[in-house]
Amino acid sequence: MAESIIRLVGCSMAFDNETVLDNLDLNIADREFLTLLGPSGCGKTTTLRIIGGFLKPTVGDVLFEGKRINDVPPYERKVNTVFQRYALFPHLDVYENVAFGLRNRKLGEKEIDDRVTEMLEIVSLRGFEYRSTEQLSGGQQQRVAIARALVNRPKVLLLDEPLGALDLRLRKDMQQELKSIQQTLGITFVYVTHDQEEALAMSDTVVVMDHGRIQQIGTPEDIYNEPKNAFVADFIGESNILDGIMLEDYSVKFFGRRFTCVDSGFRKNEPVDVVIRPEDVDIVSAGEGQLTGTVTAVTFKGVHYDTIVDFHGFKWLIQTTKYNPVGSVIGIRLDPDDIHIMHRSEYSGLYGDYSSYSEEYDELNDPELFPEDITEEVQEVPAAEGGEKEGSERENG
Amino acid sequence: MKTARLTTPYLVWMILFTIVPLGIVIYFALTDSVTGQFTWENIARISNYGPIILKSIWLALLSSLLCLVIGYPVAYHIAQQKPSRQHFLYMLIMLPMCISFLLRTMAWVSLLDDTGIINNFIRALGLKPLPLIRTNAAVVLGMVYNYLPYMILPLYTVLVKIDPRLIEAAQDLGCNNGKTFRRVILPLSVPGVISGFTMVFVPAVSTFYISQKLGSSGTTLIGDVIESQFKAAYNPNLGAALSLALMVLVLICIGIMNRFSNGEEVVTL
Repeated sequence: MAESIIRLVGCSMAFDNETVLDNLDLNIADREFLTLLGPSGCGKTTTLRIIGGFLKPTVGDVLFEGKRINDVPPYERKVNTVFQRYALFPHLDVYENVAFGLRNRKLGEKEIDDRVTEMLEIVSLRGFEYRSTEQLSGGQQQRVAIARALVNRPKVLLLDEPLGALDLRLRKDMQQELKSIQQTLGITFVYVTHDQEEALAMSDTVVVMDHGRIQQIGTPEDIYNEPKNAFVADFIGESNILDGIMLEDYSVKFFGRRFTCVDSGFRKNEPVDVVIRPEDVDIVSAGEGQLTGTVTAVTFKGVHYDTIVDFHGFKWLIQTTKYNPVGSVIGIRLDPDDIHIMHRSEYSGLYGDYSSYSEEYDELNDPELFPEDITEEVQEVPAAEGGEKEGSERENG
Repeated sequence: MKTARLTTPYLVWMILFTIVPLGIVIYFALTDSVTGQFTWENIARISNYGPIILKSIWLALLSSLLCLVIGYPVAYHIAQQKPSRQHFLYMLIMLPMCISFLLRTMAWVSLLDDTGIINNFIRALGLKPLPLIRTNAAVVLGMVYNYLPYMILPLYTVLVKIDPRLIEAAQDLGCNNGKTFRRVILPLSVPGVISGFTMVFVPAVSTFYISQKLGSSGTTLIGDVIESQFKAAYNPNLGAALSLALMVLVLICIGIMNRFSNGEEVVTL
């Protein structure tokens, strides 16, 4: 692993005795694209604000290139932030917004001009220099916010749900663009999002968080293919999560049947969670299947059909390109590497059954329409000091 | 357009008690007090009061400036508090406005008078009493004291609306507290500064009660002169001309101040 630029060591954060971060340890490697991913209130924004210097952890240390920076104020840190909903200065035009940080450093007018112009070029905003920021579209404002942060050449760029307010199409474009900017400039990005697709598409490392704790750290592939617990399995993509018993290495039993799998290292007869991704299931005729079930719902999704199949009262989601009408009896086959085994956790039994399919699906498609909307109300507290901003923080994090 | 009809009562009110009186003021200003003939004489006589007008403007500007210097930190502090506390402090600022303006000014008289509370105390200490009342300073003090809430409230309204994320953004981009104030908070609060300044300046420049009670013949202001023309001297024509001149001056001052606000919305009287 590359040298770490930022380390959080045993960081905890509590607002009014409510724990928001619980003993967090995190290494951020130089030049990586790291995403903090989790639902609203999981502590991801709090973590970002601790790195930015807007909050001090109640317990624990923040290290930057090996030095403790708990008490270093934001304006002395070599990090810059792209804020949720941009926070552009309304009294300044595009050019002056971007030049803002440079002007604090007493650079020559010529150098400021060169760097601002170069940055506006990178974010494709040449010609917009003297526009008021309020005349720009959401996507353009987003670019100004990115340029304003990057023009300072920070070692680390913090991004707080930067694409949250953009429409889907623009979001996809900006994802590409951000990733390529990150690679071109070779800057560490710490990115906060609740959108798992975004996290998988952009990151080198994904940190899945919930309840102020890190649930799993890994590459997007690791996180998707080898989720550590039911929460991660459910939050990243779609998952059928079943109760099983690990009979011995490479052998698991669920639905009263023994299956071969690729996992080992569990206790003999250990109760486990079994994850099966909907796209990994092969549908065969009822006679040939390892299991047989009845189709109870079919939804056309463009590339595939979402098919809900009832196996003895437990409903699975199966994604298949073949249409199977409701009521038909089908069989399924699972290859050993389609079966992912996880230790039981506090999340066991909470997720993975598609009996309540429709509601759950809506929720997943629509994780939380702009979490900022909640924030807005609470942010009435106009506190400059981070410590007093707990109200908004919790909603946000 | 239906809502236009709902404004009828106000329109009637405006016409009866603002437009018509304004017409009367102009009529008086341009007629002779005895013959009732048209004349420019009243207007011409305004120049006699030039020094008093200048002094009124000067004292009003000074008071507005003092109100700004005293009021800004207060407004800023209130805007930083939790909402419940903000509400409490806001009420506290409003509270003096619930007490009669005349009474509050009289209270200052009894404090500053040669035989007032402060001088009695000084005397009790065996020191020489100070000439507190009947000075320009006393008049300015009275104005600042009476009009300070008009400065604080618009400033507070603007400051409390500044998005705290802008302040964080400034810090993130290298501003310490001082720079954050200069580069973000102050520019964003300019509309509040202008409205506060206007709301203090306008009543201060035309006041007569404060200067009568706390000032002397040496601190006569244009408001006093106008009042005396209507009451003691009974020359309403000259009084009307002076009021007109004052009104024009105030409008010019507001105009100049609004120039600084770059067309942002400004509360004026």
